[in-house]
Order: sequence, then C-alpha cells, then structure tokens
Amino acid sequence: MDVSQYLEIFIDESSEHLQTLSDCIMVLEKEPDNKDTINEVFRAAHSLKGMAGTMGFKRMQHLTHDMENVFQEVRSERISVDSSMIDLLFKCLDAIDQYIENVKNSSDEGTEDNELIIKELNDFIAKANGQAVEEAAPATNEGSAEEENENTSDELQINLNEDEMDTVKSSIEGGQKVYGVKVTVSKECLLKAARAFLVFRAVEEFGQIIVYHPSSQDIEDEKFELDFGFYIATNEDEDKIVAAVKSVSEIESVLVKEVSLTETQQEEVPAPVVEEKKEEPKKAQETAPAPVSQKNAPKKAAAKPVTNRTVRVDIEKLDALMNQVSELIIAKNSLVSISGTDGGNSSQTFHEQIEYLERITTNLHESVMKVRMVPIESVVSKFPRMIRDLSRSLNKKMELVMTGEDTELDRTVVDQIGDPLQHLLRNSADHGLEQNDIRKKNGKPEIGQIYLNAFQEGNNVIIQVGDDGNGIDTEAVKRKALEREIITPEQAEVMSQKEIVDLLFMPSFSMAKKITDISGRGVGLDVVKSNIEALGGDVEVKTKLGVGTEFTVRLPLTLAIIQALMVEIRDEKYAIALGSISNIEDIPVSEIKYVQAKEVIHLRGSVIPLIRLDNVLDIESKEEEPESLTVVIVKRGDNQAGLVVDKLIGQQEIVIKSLGKYINGNKLISGATILGDGEVALILDVNTLM
Amino acid sequence: MADKNVIDTTLERETKQYIVVNIGNEQYGIDIGFVDNIVRMQKITRVPKAQSYFKGIINLRGEIVPVMSIRKKMGLEDDVITDASRIIILKIEEKGLLGIMVDEVCEVVTLNVDEIDKSAINTNSAKDNFINGIGKNGESLISLFEINSIIEEKESNS
Repeated sequence: MDVSQYLEIFIDESSEHLQTLSDCIMVLEKEPDNKDTINEVFRAAHSLKGMAGTMGFKRMQHLTHDMENVFQEVRSERISVDSSMIDLLFKCLDAIDQYIENVKNSSDEGTEDNELIIKELNDFIAKANGQAVEEAAPATNEGSAEEENENTSDELQINLNEDEMDTVKSSIEGGQKVYGVKVTVSKECLLKAARAFLVFRAVEEFGQIIVYHPSSQDIEDEKFELDFGFYIATNEDEDKIVAAVKSVSEIESVLVKEVSLTETQQEEVPAPVVEEKKEEPKKAQETAPAPVSQKNAPKKAAAKPVTNRTVRVDIEKLDALMNQVSELIIAKNSLVSISGTDGGNSSQTFHEQIEYLERITTNLHESVMKVRMVPIESVVSKFPRMIRDLSRSLNKKMELVMTGEDTELDRTVVDQIGDPLQHLLRNSADHGLEQNDIRKKNGKPEIGQIYLNAFQEGNNVIIQVGDDGNGIDTEAVKRKALEREIITPEQAEVMSQKEIVDLLFMPSFSMAKKITDISGRGVGLDVVKSNIEALGGDVEVKTKLGVGTEFTVRLPLTLAIIQALMVEIRDEKYAIALGSISNIEDIPVSEIKYVQAKEVIHLRGSVIPLIRLDNVLDIESKEEEPESLTVVIVKRGDNQAGLVVDKLIGQQEIVIKSLGKYINGNKLISGATILGDGEVALILDVNTLM
Repeated sequence: MADKNVIDTTLERETKQYIVVNIGNEQYGIDIGFVDNIVRMQKITRVPKAQSYFKGIINLRGEIVPVMSIRKKMGLEDDVITDASRIIILKIEEKGLLGIMVDEVCEVVTLNVDEIDKSAINTNSAKDNFINGIGKNGESLISLFEINSIIEEKESNS
C-alpha cells in the first residue's frame, strides 16, 4: 500500500472541501457574523490541511494551516470578516485550487509557495492581536472535536487471543511500551478504510502495530462502524501517537491507554484493557481465554453491517455497460424485425416473449442511463463565485440567482456544458447588464439580476441564462450586419427580429469587436452554439430592448439511445427523434399554399412551412406527385415545420452512432444507427432543418 | 492473418508487406500495417451532403465505417461494382476506421526496400499525390499508396 492509490480520493475530497469553502465564504461576505458558517469554514479548512498533510503536500498544508489560523481568529471573535479579508481568502482558494490542479496533472503539488498570500494571512492575524500563530493549531483539534457528540465509550475494547497476547507480552518484555489505541472516525466520513489506513501509516512512524481490531482485512474492507482499534509497540510517548492520529482528517476522537505487563498477567483475561462493565464479571468466570475472544469476535462483526449507499464507478466501465446495452437493443431490434416479417407464421407466445424482451431492454436502458445521470450542481456551483469576481472587476453590482441545480443530465453532457454556460453568464454580466448609474436612471433596481434556471422538459433539459439588462439592440445588429455585408439590404428588409438576433451566432460576427460596444453582444456566441450543438442540443435567444435577454439552452437527456420514428424516402431510410415530432398528417397536395414562394400548409390555425426532404437530402424527385403527402410535423421551441416523407416505417428505439471523423460538413445528419436487419439508417437532425 | 504479417514487418526492417489491389487496370499496394480487415461489397448507405468521394457508410459488425471511393478521390471514373469488388478497412490511429473501395484484391507481396522506387513520382500529377513509391514485383509494377494523403481532406484537382 502506498499513498498514490489515495490520490484520487484526495483530489475528490479536497475539491469538495474547496467548494464548501467557496460557498461559505460567499455567505460570510453577506453575513459576516454567521456563526454556523464560520464553523463550517473552519472545519473545511482544517480537513483540507489534514489531508494535504497526510498526502505529504507540505506547501498546500502550510497555506491551509495559515488560512485556518485566520478562521480561528474569526471564530474567537478577535477579528471580524471584512471585504479585504474575503478577497484574500478567495485568493487562497485559487492558490489551493492550483495545488489540486497540479496534483491532478502530475501527482505533485508543484513548487509555488504562495509566500505572498501566506504573508498577507499572517499580517491579518498579527493585526488582530500579534499573537504567535502556533497557538491556533492545538486549539483546532479541540474545535473540531467539540462539534461532534462525545458519545463514544471511554474504554478500549480489544480482545486478544493467545497469540496476540504473547506478542504484546514479548513487546513489553522487550522494553517497549504498548499502547491500546481506539480511534473513532467522524460520522460524515465516507472512506473509513482510507482514513484507517492513513491513521496506521501515521502511527507506524513511531512503532509497530502488533494487533489490529477488527482484523486488518476487515478494516480494509470497511467492515467496522465508527471506531477501530489497534495495539502499537513503540518507544515514543502517548502524546505523539495521539497527535499522529489526529493529523488525519475526519477523525473524531482518539483514546490511548498504555498496557502494562502486570495488568495482563494479573487478570489473566484476554483483554488487557478494561472491558465494558457488564461483560467484566462474565469474563472473570471464564477460565479459558481463547474461546471468549472467539465468541466475542463474531458478535462484533455481525453487528449492523455498514452499508455503502454510493459507489464511485469509473466512467469507462459505465460506458462499456452502456455499449453492451446498446448491443442488446440492436439484437432485440433484429428479433423484432424477424418476428415482423414472419407474419402469421410465428406463434402468439413468440410475439409475447418478444414484447417481454422489449420491455426488459427498455427498462435496462433506462436504469443504465439513470446511473450515468449527475446533477448539474457540480458545474453551476462555481458560478456564484465567478459572478462575484466579475461584479468586482466590472464595478457593477449584480446578483446571480440559480434554480434547479439538482436537475440531472448525462455525465458526458454535464462535463461539457460548463464552458458554454460560463460564457453566457459572463456575457450577461459584462454586456447584458448596464452600469449601475444607468440602471438607476432608467428606473431599474440598482443591482443587476442574472439568473440561471434549469429544469426538465420531456426528453430535454432546459437551462435558461438571462439578465434584466438592456437587451440586444436589433437595429444596431442589423446595421452592423449590413456594414459587414453579411446580409443584403433586401434581406435586411424582410428579416424578423429573431433572424436578426440569430446573426449573433454567426462566426464572423463574434470577431467584430465593435459590435460588442454598440449592441453589447456577440462575443464568441458561435463557439457557445457549436459546443451545445456538439452535445445534440441547441440554443435560442429572446431579447427585449431595455428589458433583458434570455438564452435558452436545450440539451438532450441522453446521448446514446433514443426513441425515433423511422421514415422512408424513396429507398432510403431515415430516423427522426420522437421527442421533436409533434404529430403526423396526411395532407392533400391541393391544400399546399404559397407564402413568399415557399410551400406552407395551414393546419389547425397555424401556418407551417413544408420541407421537402428529398430536395434537402439530394434524393431524386418523384416523377409524378401523389395526391396526398405524408407530413411529419416537427417542433423546436415555438417553431414548427412539416417534413414530407414517402412512407412511415414505425417507431423504434435506436442506438445513436457517430459518423466518425472523416465525413464532415454534414449538419443535417446527426448520426447513424444500425437497424435490426443490419442495415444502416441516418438520423436526421431536425434542429438544423428548421 | 493481418496480425501475423504486422509482426513480420517489424521483425525484418528491410522488407515491407503490401496488399496488392486492382483499381482500373493498374495495380496498387496498400501498406499492410494500416489494413484492419477486407470485406466483401455490401450495401452502402449514402450520406447526403458528404464529400463527393465518400460513398457512404457501412455497418461493420456494429461499427459505423465510412467508405471512400479511391477512384473518385484520385479523379478517375466512378467505380463499377462487381463480384470481385472489396472494401479494404484501414485502421488509422487518430481518425478511426475507414473503408476504401477497390476493384479486386490480388495478393500480399513482400517488397525489399531496394525494390521500391521513389524517384519516378511526378508530384504534379493529381493521381501521383497519393503514391509514395513504385514497387517492383517481378515483372509487374505496383503503385504504393501514401495512406496519409488518402485520408487528407482535399479532393483531387481533376
């Protein structure tokens, strides 16, 4: 065993603590006297320090230690939180974040000492009372212990069998001291085995652990509740061992008792250390020590097994599972297609079994998908801090309100949605919101509002990012587009507001820095759009001059398997995602009308443009037009379009496969799928058709 | 089979193995190190709006593999599919599998490095852009494909 296998845990946990710190400091900024938060900050900083220490990251430990000192002073009300301190703390967090980043990349914390920050931290403390900083360290341990309930028994309960007794005896006779140590880990501790290992590693610097309780194997397998014990033979003092154990974070308490030789000899009972009161008389009656320990041991092991509610799984393993489910669905589809072609020949039960299989695979798919779902919280939680910093640097007062952080998305989507969202938020803060004085003049509240709302809608997750700023000046955008000859004057005449706003997503537009000054928008929005589209989603923008702007990001819940409608155009098969279909109509050719020389149909009060898929997809036109057309009405947001197809094949669960890296420039096709008979069908991207 | 040959080429540095294919009435050689598989002609699903030299995609045991017409890429006339037509599946490190259509697969030859003539290549000719040498196999001459220029984006000028 070495520390490297705990690196991952360290990275995960320290990132969590860092996030906690960041959140808490944000709260502190608003409510500098919030005791609970101060305590929480303190605990997080302390854990970070401990973790960095055990992993041997001295620089990180040093920094967190000094940070902790500052919190200590705040806790004891010797200094109060002010904005310069908050700024400094955020600087610390960034520095720690850098350490963790270094650890992630190179398994080493790097060489940056951050002396400047440390000095500033110490200045703070010095300013407060000029006391030596070291004092804070011991107080820390008390502090964290105080928070927890002291409900553990004072006594050690380690039963020794004869062999172990002999070891203990021989160690004592060999002139070493033997201590019985009982360690209780904090209730919130998730990786108790790792903690136990870290404890063992810490104390083994002083001596040799001779007896483990429960057995070292059980401890490794986490087969213990909150406490575990061991006997250590050492030449060192009790205090050193206590200190070593306490250096490991998430340890609630440590009890150490020296084992004396006389005690063991006199009592002649297996446990050298005092047992629980009730058991003591019983012990005394026993003559044979060994059976007792055997009897007791299983009793302990059987007591309430520790159940793990979560498991960390490598994403690659999940991907593999997902692929297998995909294969299963393909196999199932081919069975379905066989049963379909057999027609009347196959028996009733065969069909029933196929339906059963269909149900199972669908459920299995759903379960696997759910496993891959993670809340977007992990991405959006860093945004309040970002907006705070932006508020400072832009010198604008603003507030971020977020809802629906618990909305879940596929892991791969969550991993990649951070940057686009960040971009949109920055846009809102930088260009969307007006300066405070302008806001006042326009009769708006001084503090600008930015919001991020996430929620699920059907098979999509919607994330809205918006502000109550000045909105987009579409006239200015139009002028700029004309100037840059992106559109012709004729086009400009007929363009709708929406079409003008969409110009902002054009790559050439983002490069024009000037437009940013005029309209207040257009920085890298094309990148945002292409990032989101790469995830199978799309982005829309609504804006009202003087009132605000809202970006709506629509993302698919799943990436790999969807329900689709299979259609046929001449002899080619295409899949259309069911989620984007609103209904299917038979339209007589005579009902087709023309608006601006484009074909439309009038359906239940709405005018829907027709899209001839054969034209769009370069398929040869039919020689003669049939009397009526099969039209699949698809929707995207408020837009609708009617896709003309030859024939409907039916609904099917399809596995989305990428077209690979060779074929490109193809926005119409979002992927391919393999049908039951092994044939390949293309998946139409409805969003780009409209 | 392919695996074994790959090992052979690494063992003997001076020789290289090529799969010899017919395209039109010329013989071409494909470095066996790039070849993953050879499959019979099967239904190719056309991909609209793709580069013109892409015939479409096929299902290779559950994988989607794009298929390229090497003839179109080189500016020759379109493929005529016969019973002898094959799709050679190339495995390219960074971009994945790619199928190329050939008229016929003839044999596997082992060429000594000194049997490969690199001087006869005219870099101005569109077709020769895809060739990095001429191999002499007894009486016959084999144009050796430069795989990297095959997978490159650009279309031939002619």
